[in-house]
Amino acid sequence: MAKVESTFLNMVISLVLITGCAAALLAGVFEVTKTPIAFSEKSKQVEAIRQVTSSFDNSPLEEAFKVAIADGDSLTVFPIKNNGKMTGAAVESGTKKGFSGAIRVMVGFNVDGSVRNYVVLHHSETPGLGSKMQEWFSDHSRPGQCVIGKNLQNPLRVKKDGGEVDAITAATISSRAFLDAINRAHQAYRLINYKEDAKDSASVHHKGNKP
Amino acid sequence: MSYLRILTNGIIKENPTFVLLLGMCPTLGTTSSALNGMSMGLATAFVLIASNMAVAMMKNLIPDKVRIPAYVVIIATFVTVVQLVMQAYVPGLYASLGLFIPLIVVNCIVLGRAESFAAKSTTTESAFDGLGIGLGFTMALTILGAVREFLGTGRIFGWNIYPEKFGSLLFVLAPGAFIVLGFLIALFNIFTKRSK
Repeated sequence: MAKVESTFLNMVISLVLITGCAAALLAGVFEVTKTPIAFSEKSKQVEAIRQVTSSFDNSPLEEAFKVAIADGDSLTVFPIKNNGKMTGAAVESGTKKGFSGAIRVMVGFNVDGSVRNYVVLHHSETPGLGSKMQEWFSDHSRPGQCVIGKNLQNPLRVKKDGGEVDAITAATISSRAFLDAINRAHQAYRLINYKEDAKDSASVHHKGNKP
Repeated sequence: MSYLRILTNGIIKENPTFVLLLGMCPTLGTTSSALNGMSMGLATAFVLIASNMAVAMMKNLIPDKVRIPAYVVIIATFVTVVQLVMQAYVPGLYASLGLFIPLIVVNCIVLGRAESFAAKSTTTESAFDGLGIGLGFTMALTILGAVREFLGTGRIFGWNIYPEKFGSLLFVLAPGAFIVLGFLIALFNIFTKRSK
């Protein structure tokens, strides 16, 4: 078959045909992979929630809600319940103060507001330095740097900023950013805790008023 | 040219990384570990084979003046297929390769082979060329990743060889990529010159 000449009409027809075929192929692949992609996203979240919280019998993903915190951002809170009673929550938090971009963490809280555990979901910190966030701040053998079990009265800060947490060696900026994400998560958790309390007392009050 | 010659041509004589020095961005960016390098190589190899075949099949239907946009659309389609499939079935790997998967579209190896080989050859020859170049690229990236991972973290494919604290961070970062690549190209040259 001879090669098609470069006339205007030929060029238009050939490009339209190629883009049309490409679109059809992509639409097909998209349909096939849609469900597995949604499923893997969801299971990643559930896996993270399981890691940072104690056991639960509700479905945190369906009961999730957003909480607006002081700086105008809103974080997703996954409440953990046993027999309908709230026994803690996982908060998906993040910060944009990382050394090279955003950091996202899932932080689990006990009902008293102390940090139960956390998982770093995403980061682009320097490999070998800032990337040690996951191990560094969860090392129980070194209380100076471990944030687990801490009940945040004041926001956590690194020692360089007058706080009490040892920063990762040679990665103070990453450490600062990580603590910022934890602080933001805690802020959100405190807000919902107050809300829950308010709701409880409101319902008690309501009952009391009933004749 | 026999199919075997086309295949070895891509792996040794025209190895995209060590001889042609094409596609340096993913080569240096994704080879912080052997597994990442190999997956990137395989993803590129798939795109190469598919786009080479598609271009060879359609070469007479594409007018000369719009061939580059046509090739780019074909390549971008296959890259998106790879991206969606990886996202669906190997989400962990997709997360670690991240931005470099969509960047295969602008990898000059893929467009280069479409233009310089597939547009002048039969479909079968083009498939073999894609396979050869793809394997050459995969091999180069795997070796580069393995050396960097070994020197940087003491592991190869995640298997511990020596304790991590003796590793040098330099090799995990970008400068290490350049240094290791330079030495590997030198070794490759010694090896190919001797065999001549």
